[in-house]
Amino acid sequence: MRTVAYRLVAVALIAAGLALTTEAFFTLPNILNILRQASLTFLIASGLTLTILTAGLDLSVGANVGLSACVAATVMKSSGSIAIGAATGLAFGAVVGMLNGLMVTVLKLPPFIATYGMLWTLNGLTYWFMAGETIHGFSPAFRTLGSGYWLGIPVPIYVMAAFLAAGSILTRYTTFGHEVYAIGANREAARLSGIPVRARLNLVYTLSGAMAGLAAIVYVARLNSAEADIGEALTLPAIAAVLIGGTSLFGGVGSLTGTLVGALTLTLVVNGMNLRAVDANWQPLVTGAIVLLAVWIDVVTRQRAEARV
Amino acid sequence: MHSRRPAKAGRYVHIPGAGYLLIVLLLVFAIFGEGFATLPNVLNIGVQGSVLLLLALPMTLIIMSEGLDLSMGAVLSLAGVVLATMLMNGHSLSVGLAAAAGVGLAFGVANGALVVTLGLPPFVATLGTLGIAQGLALVQTGGQSVVGIGDALPALYESRIAGVPFSIAIALAAFLVFWLTLSRTRVGSYVSALGGNREALSLAGVHVDLFHIGLYAAGGLMSGLAALLLTGRMSAGHPTAAIGLEFDAVAAVIVGGTSFEGGQGTLFGTLIGVLTIGVLRNGLNVLSVPSSLQVASIGVLVIAALIIDSTIAALGRPAGGRA
Repeated sequence: MRTVAYRLVAVALIAAGLALTTEAFFTLPNILNILRQASLTFLIASGLTLTILTAGLDLSVGANVGLSACVAATVMKSSGSIAIGAATGLAFGAVVGMLNGLMVTVLKLPPFIATYGMLWTLNGLTYWFMAGETIHGFSPAFRTLGSGYWLGIPVPIYVMAAFLAAGSILTRYTTFGHEVYAIGANREAARLSGIPVRARLNLVYTLSGAMAGLAAIVYVARLNSAEADIGEALTLPAIAAVLIGGTSLFGGVGSLTGTLVGALTLTLVVNGMNLRAVDANWQPLVTGAIVLLAVWIDVVTRQRAEARV
Repeated sequence: MHSRRPAKAGRYVHIPGAGYLLIVLLLVFAIFGEGFATLPNVLNIGVQGSVLLLLALPMTLIIMSEGLDLSMGAVLSLAGVVLATMLMNGHSLSVGLAAAAGVGLAFGVANGALVVTLGLPPFVATLGTLGIAQGLALVQTGGQSVVGIGDALPALYESRIAGVPFSIAIALAAFLVFWLTLSRTRVGSYVSALGGNREALSLAGVHVDLFHIGLYAAGGLMSGLAALLLTGRMSAGHPTAAIGLEFDAVAAVIVGGTSFEGGQGTLFGTLIGVLTIGVLRNGLNVLSVPSSLQVASIGVLVIAALIIDSTIAALGRPAGGRA
């Protein structure tokens, strides 16, 4: 918890710096815009956090958002039903996640390879599925989910808050949550203590896929359109958010609250770059550097902890 | 990383699952694909596979050492942009190639330092440098193609060496260099030991860290050199030209039978892997399957090869199974 507090201080410092140096930062629309953007990043990163807690990884989250969004949008258009479209997107994301889980538990592939292969497979399928088309123009009721307001606050923030609460309860207060941490801390010990490791891992990757499916629906509602490249630039920021949030790549350490703080940090940095009119082409470079810095801190922290034992 | 597999000194020859897949693919495409089994098309497969082989060779060594380099495609794109920009500004081909190779080498050394010196997990470290290389290429070009690179490089690319297309000749030369280095020097056994037996290697007096960084440096250098073929083929530089090509390289290495559990792998396996992916893409082209589905089919190919490999392993060891 203390590390999350440190990270909140860092967020406050970045925010203060931006507030002092740019005029447009400290305005209500911009703050709400940052929170809404951070909420979307959090939704993608939350499932990813679970996989990293088990000492795994899901590199396919961004691509999964892409294809799930296109599938959900297509079904929503052709069926004319928001519910059927959203349910299809969610189910599709979950199935992709389940396939990731099966590759990890049955084929015994390292998670980063299995999900990396899934990334490119999904990318290919998305471009084939869309064939250059863009689907746009959704019903106002559906668009409320992404761009609407309730009591003056953007709806995605409520979605984020609901999933943060549910996810925190799941990871902290349920047996499943404790098992996730146990598998990440020491898989062999977890297995020997009777935890059905493979079943739990399958569930974790399925949840990660389902969260990508959910994020996809909110994204479509926000953008009011779906095209093949919708998920392309989402993976690196999601990984950065998890790592900045203090979840360790080595498993067993971290929290969803941390991931939210990470998503907020990253969004602040990107927002600051936008406000200062920095060329958007710098964004992958900055995100990459942030990932490296965050992993390095993770490694040093771990080495210090081991030296103390 | 500890490997429970006992260290085996000899490398036994076995046909990776890709060998069978390759034969099946060749038969299917030869029967159903009109114009597939013709000399121009076979040469075409070689030309298309040459850039991939340049990346897959060092990738084999890196994966054998239980590592990974996801930055290769982005570094290759950046090196291509650098080469094209130098040529556009009137520098000679050799200066441009040196600059491209230098950029690649710098990224390779950085990857090695991040993984070996700082101890970052390879897949995230190289994911970070992927973002940095891609960002640099985009900023340098503003996201646009670099054209007007003159005639020297395209002419060189179209030339033939002893009747063999330039790119195939370069790829074969690279294969020979890697193969001779691995078979005639101790490098091969060092690479295997990095994955499973680092301590012993250090006790044997090898500068383990330096050697390990050298593997990643080779990956970066080859990505930089591959810019010669990529830029020659396109007659231009583009900041995202080779994004994702590292996926094909990783796929070729895995399909070629190199194991992620360290130590096991052969360059011949990787060559077969590269050919399999080249034949798959080319054959699907001939059957006019869109390129987006070709990418997806490579994912399926990798899974198929892994299943065949584990089946062969299970059949070969009836008692006990895997260690």
